[in-house]
Amino acid sequence: MTQPDNHWLTRPTTIRWLWIIGYSVLAMTVLLQLLIPIKGYFGVDSWFGFGALFGFLSCVLMVFGAKFIGKLLKRPEDYYDV
Amino acid sequence: MFEMLPPALALIGGALLTALISSRQLRAVVVIVAPLICLYLIWQVPDGVVLRGEFLGYPLELVEGGPVRRLFATIFAIMSATGAVFAFNHARRTELVAAQLYAAGAVGVSFAGDLLTLFVFWEIMALFSTVVVWCGGTENARAAGVRYAIMHLLGGVILKVGIEGLLVTTGSLDIRPLAAEDFSTWMILIGILINAAAPPLSSWLSDAYPTASPTGSVFLSAFTTKTAILALILLFPGESILVGIGLFMVFYGIFYALLENDIRRILAFSIVNQVGFMVVAVGIGTETAINGASAHAFAHIIYKALLFMSAGVVVMRTGKHLCTDVGGLFRTMPVTMWCGVIGALAISSFPLTSGFTTKTLISQAAVDEGLVTVYFLLAAASAGVFLHAGIKFPWFVFFQKDSGLRPDDAPWNMRIAMLFFAFLCILIGVYPQLLYPLLPYAVDYHPYKPGKVLFYLQLLLFSGLAFFLLLPWMKRTLTISLDVDWLWRRGMPVLVQFVARIGKPPVVAARRRLQHGVDLLTASARHTMGHTGPLGRSWEIGTTALWIVLLLMIYVFAYYLF
Repeated sequence: MTQPDNHWLTRPTTIRWLWIIGYSVLAMTVLLQLLIPIKGYFGVDSWFGFGALFGFLSCVLMVFGAKFIGKLLKRPEDYYDV
Repeated sequence: MFEMLPPALALIGGALLTALISSRQLRAVVVIVAPLICLYLIWQVPDGVVLRGEFLGYPLELVEGGPVRRLFATIFAIMSATGAVFAFNHARRTELVAAQLYAAGAVGVSFAGDLLTLFVFWEIMALFSTVVVWCGGTENARAAGVRYAIMHLLGGVILKVGIEGLLVTTGSLDIRPLAAEDFSTWMILIGILINAAAPPLSSWLSDAYPTASPTGSVFLSAFTTKTAILALILLFPGESILVGIGLFMVFYGIFYALLENDIRRILAFSIVNQVGFMVVAVGIGTETAINGASAHAFAHIIYKALLFMSAGVVVMRTGKHLCTDVGGLFRTMPVTMWCGVIGALAISSFPLTSGFTTKTLISQAAVDEGLVTVYFLLAAASAGVFLHAGIKFPWFVFFQKDSGLRPDDAPWNMRIAMLFFAFLCILIGVYPQLLYPLLPYAVDYHPYKPGKVLFYLQLLLFSGLAFFLLLPWMKRTLTISLDVDWLWRRGMPVLVQFVARIGKPPVVAARRRLQHGVDLLTASARHTMGHTGPLGRSWEIGTTALWIVLLLMIYVFAYYLF
């Protein structure tokens, strides 16, 4: 059986590397736009880094939107049982 | 009489055999082979009406072929066979029988040439999917199954009202493009939309599917909503109200999935989300859009079943169904984890997966029609899908914290089913040319333009970044989220109690007053008519005769005067 706390994927060094690799990939997808032009359909979507910004901001909005909706709609698990 | 065998018959026959055969091994063979025979028959159905019948003088078109019908029936049969491989060793016999009949209903709907035939198979689906829900075996499954059945029977009645109305006004039961313009067509549209889990009645899906057994929810994820999409394609292509309804579903699915803690309920909400994309496409209604809806339904059934299989294995192996109870399962369940990840990437329409080659068709249709808002909302939603299903599902189930659980990986038959569907997800992603020729219209579309791929990579990868940066705000909580079903699960009982409480004092007072009035009346009656009262006591005969003479005189006098 694997040691619970010593799996290579859970070591802090691995996680730090994953973040570094992750950020490099992100940077690369944006910088690649210098070489591969994105054909925008409606003007703005051909701007440099538009996809990245649009994706990121949409997600931020959705997470906080969900948070707000959750304030109104969340109930304890046994809400319907009592 | 038959030039060919209706494909649904293969599944009905398979179900009967499954119910009768007592040997486990033989039963396993039947549940897997019957859908394959069905698949063979599906491909024998030529275009046009091939089997007619009659019911109460109405002409029926029991089997009508066509490209889009064949496409949906094909994926239903593939799903049924793969689901059987996944389930045969663990599901109850009742569940296997019900799942086959449920699939038979879906195949029957696919080939229904008239609305009456469609309705019959529609109800078969409703009945046997309810049985599949009940096979979950818990009290929750029982209650959710009852709510599920009520909703679908109600939807069926609405659909039937529409069909009757259409028959009266047009005299035809033929399945052909309609427009929602009068009462009957609206009823038909509403009846179909209930099965598509459209607002406001979406909650039956997320309510019932997660309570089914780990194998049952795999079957449930595939048929009901996708036959609704097929019905929309056949009956309401280009109905513009569908665009708005679909967009609502897309974001409803995302927000509710973000709030959810139950593993399979997250996936259930993302069904609504994905079906929303297809509803938008049907609403746009161009050839590219209909191709997109069909292709996306095809791909969706595969990756969503794959996700439900992966989640089902986790639920079966750990006995837990909440994100907060699992985590770190990647250590001992690598196959289940990888298959879950591939399904998650496909649903997020990551390049090289089936979601990318099918969902971008829908976006392309929005571009072609110049629908700017729709296009950008769909792009935002694609980011949201990655957020709520693409990363959230695998992250909270297989990674996250170490829950200390070390369950075994999937049993061999479940592995085969998952690996096959994972393979299909990638196959359709890499070789979309395999799927495109099966679509209803000719495809002139190339998903892998470098610029488009780069745009989606930016969009999705930065959504991933947002997920990990916002993790502190996405902590799972031990909660459920209210939906419209609150109205009948809580609102109605509360209303009844409230009315009872508010209504009690006036009712009591009114009853007391009534009682008082009755008492007075009785007392006065007793007074006048009792044996001592003026009307009750006995009089002498002479007095009575005198009174009669007097009355007669008054009468004669009055008669003479007037």
